[in-house]
Amino acid sequence: MSTPALEFKELHLAYVVRGVPREVLRGVSFSVQPGESYGLVGESGCGKSTAAYAAVRYLPRNAKILSGSVELGGRDVMSLGTEELRLLRANNASIVYQDPGQALNPTIKVGPQLAEAFTVTGMSASDAAVQARAMLQKVQIADPDSVLGRYPHQLSGGMQQRVVIAMALACDPQLLILDEPTTGLDATVEAEVLDLVRKLRDEYGTSVLFISHNLGAVRSMCDRVGVLYAGQLVEEGSAQEVFDAPQHPYTVGLLRCLPRHGSKKTDQRLETIPGFLPLLGADLPTCVFVDRCPLADEICRTQVPPMVDLGGRIARCHHTDRVHDIAVADLPKGTASTVDRTRDPLLQLRGVSKTFHQGGKQIKAVRDVTLDLFPGETLGLVGESGSGKTTLAHTILGIHAPDQAGTLTFAGTPLASHTRKRSDDAIRGIQIVFQNPDSALNRRHSVRRIIGRSLRRLAKVEPAKIEDELHEITAAVRLTDRHLDMRPAQLSGGLKQRVAIARAFAGRPRIVVCDEPTSALDVSVQAAILNLLSDLQRDGDTSYVFISHDLRVVRYLSDRIAVLYLGRIMELGPAERVFDGPHHPYTEALLSAAPSVEGDTRVRIKLEGEIPSAMNVPTGCVFHTRCPRKLEGDICSTQEPPLNPTPDGGVIRCHIPFDQLGGGPVQVELTRRSGDV
Amino acid sequence: MARYVLRRVGLALITLFILSVVVFVVASVLPGSVGRAILGPFADQQSVDQLNKDLGQDGSLISRYLRWAGNALTGDFGDSFKYRRPVMDFVPTALWASVKLALMTIVIVVPLGILGGVVAALRQGKAADRFLTIAGLSLAVTPEFVVGIVLILVFAVNLGWLPAGGSAKGSLWEQFQVLLLPSLTLTAILFGYLSRMARAGTIEALNADYTRTATLKGLKRRTVLRRHVLRNSLLPTIAVIASQMAYLLGGLLVTETLFNYRGLGLLIFEAAGDRDIPMLMGAVFIVGALAMLMTLLADVLIAWLNPRVRLGSKA
Repeated sequence: MSTPALEFKELHLAYVVRGVPREVLRGVSFSVQPGESYGLVGESGCGKSTAAYAAVRYLPRNAKILSGSVELGGRDVMSLGTEELRLLRANNASIVYQDPGQALNPTIKVGPQLAEAFTVTGMSASDAAVQARAMLQKVQIADPDSVLGRYPHQLSGGMQQRVVIAMALACDPQLLILDEPTTGLDATVEAEVLDLVRKLRDEYGTSVLFISHNLGAVRSMCDRVGVLYAGQLVEEGSAQEVFDAPQHPYTVGLLRCLPRHGSKKTDQRLETIPGFLPLLGADLPTCVFVDRCPLADEICRTQVPPMVDLGGRIARCHHTDRVHDIAVADLPKGTASTVDRTRDPLLQLRGVSKTFHQGGKQIKAVRDVTLDLFPGETLGLVGESGSGKTTLAHTILGIHAPDQAGTLTFAGTPLASHTRKRSDDAIRGIQIVFQNPDSALNRRHSVRRIIGRSLRRLAKVEPAKIEDELHEITAAVRLTDRHLDMRPAQLSGGLKQRVAIARAFAGRPRIVVCDEPTSALDVSVQAAILNLLSDLQRDGDTSYVFISHDLRVVRYLSDRIAVLYLGRIMELGPAERVFDGPHHPYTEALLSAAPSVEGDTRVRIKLEGEIPSAMNVPTGCVFHTRCPRKLEGDICSTQEPPLNPTPDGGVIRCHIPFDQLGGGPVQVELTRRSGDV
Repeated sequence: MARYVLRRVGLALITLFILSVVVFVVASVLPGSVGRAILGPFADQQSVDQLNKDLGQDGSLISRYLRWAGNALTGDFGDSFKYRRPVMDFVPTALWASVKLALMTIVIVVPLGILGGVVAALRQGKAADRFLTIAGLSLAVTPEFVVGIVLILVFAVNLGWLPAGGSAKGSLWEQFQVLLLPSLTLTAILFGYLSRMARAGTIEALNADYTRTATLKGLKRRTVLRRHVLRNSLLPTIAVIASQMAYLLGGLLVTETLFNYRGLGLLIFEAAGDRDIPMLMGAVFIVGALAMLMTLLADVLIAWLNPRVRLGSKA
């Protein structure tokens, strides 16, 4: 057997905090074979990134190896001298991580920055420049010469990540480490970046260590997967086996937290993992998962679980034989409410547009949007970044005043354009939950003060009754009284988001705009928040405008979905139809871009290029420049299609007749656009 | 970029106007009649009134302001009451002397401060860092007159190496000798501040993701520091330092008085003592305008150093 590209041997690693070593990795062993792709999954704080950086020995100063070793290509990384380590990084291992915008030096042009990765291997400056250009072509950058002369901020996120990947592959490393490489990128861009990595990996024969919280992406990328929990590898096996038939209770829990394919709030509540991740360095003498495990019994508390070999895969559990018994049945049914569309709509938008002016140019962020929101309904907004989702939501909230022509009606009365001009009732009636509760909550105030203020200001609760109301609302969002006197910094991400939700619901709003409320959270926390949102909706007949780039989540929570592209509604209809078809070609492409944790059967439809700038919108159908189903002739590029009604009461903006659109019952031969770029 | 510069210049002009009003109003409400101050307590009231009229100290506040501002626009700040000669005969000479002192100080303190800051950042949390931080802060909070007097006692009185004061005249070497002690006094005040800025900037760049990228690319430590860390930390640090140079002018006042150095600081100090209103207004206004000009240049420099501002960002 050949030497593994990367091998962890019982690595115990601690961070020394105030003199006390706190264990982050508790005896991690795994290996990545040459040419293999290995995925590490687990929630934040499990030690995934620490493991990645340990592989190239880029650790904070207070990190301490307690025992064990990491070998890269057979060499012990921890015992290398400074110069040897440098050469190892230059020649043998590269790392790509989250947030490419930060990873590139803002003051150096792409060309010289990329060339550095070549000169470091001893290449001359002129050769390096030639190689840098060639490398940009390899990562499929269309116009390498112009990109070389640009600064990083002049590139889009996807382009920046391509540059970083080019830099990482410059030395033709044996091992490429990808640490959340696509977090923060759109699904369509993510799919392209992952395709690229797959292609280059095969071309170069590079081994890959892939770290992501996106289980679908891991499944689509990796041969084998390791599941980390509290610094311990609890399960390992082939990607297919681990995701299809998990053998450790933690893996089971992790997978069940995700809304499964096609599941909806009306069918079933989402499963959550009770309790919290143990603190860094907590004393865990036996099984690390014992406190949260549904199977835990006496033996789990007294004996260290064995590594059970299950034939090519392993799980660290006493009860691998009972894992498939973990009950699903006792989950309560989901909210059974159905939206009554014979009632008057709660919110009506008629021809709403929003144009920003910047440097004499017009940016048409939202274009002529007409839609209704019924009481108790969730409307999902879907689209890539730059599609106008957030602008539309902010217009509903009155953060941006819409252009003159359109009208907004709330509960039968016209809604003033800007929050400042709105009545107290209108302001109280429409609230928001933001993506990042850290910046949405005042960190100096206690939870009691944050929610209390909303009760006073929005709900106009009398001072004497505030305390009662406070207990009621914190109970509704499943916080305990103990949390009331804490400050946001003392709470975990999920608890903070509960506070933010309590704040929004304090005034008993009719509509709550949820702008990516779970995208900063781990999956188990996400599941709990989604359950909470659907409970609150059922109890209060509240309507949601729900924005998320995670299509599974949108589908789970939404009754109807609006797909936006360049500020226009491309499609609007019931969630089932929008997802299952027939649907707009853009929707089809968006859906196929998101890798699924159950494995993908359908062919991915690639969208070429990036979303055009809202300053310079294409003629005709705005999507025609990227549309895989553009019709022959020039109708798509010259005439903007009208919003055609669909049988289910929705609309689709496409020249292709409804019954010939993709995903529907009638499958037609696709006329592919010739001469694809 | 051009729009940015234009807007900043516009704002600077507005600030200049406000400055002129403030200077004028403050000088006008100084207690005591100007004529009385010049003629002394025994002069009769009629002569005092006559003198006030001759000096243009009568009329409403607004008409006096307009007259003063109008003349100032043409570079005429009136005649000094004390010397009976145009203010502008004195200000340029004094300004030039102050500029010499300021330049000498900058030449010493900027490299020293940056070096100290970078060394502290690279040794973050270790003995060298603590020493530099404590030394810098201690010096910064010691008043100029204490540092200056200690320097005078040691180097001028006891050792007799350098003059205890005087003006920068004569050969370059003589000027250097005169300037050394005052500029060291100012250096002591500014060093702590500058090294803190350089330290903070360097630490920020050291912790940045792009520095991690550079290190993991396998670049030599030296190259990482030079190309990625210092490049990103020092240029902005220098720009920030430039914007703080206006404060140097404040330090000049005390230091010049202490060393009896005939710069703008001493000129303002004496003019205030003598109730030489035109001199005071002229000198203060010019100092203010200079401070504003330096801040403006520094802001433009900061903007220019940032490619995101210079080239305009994609929306």
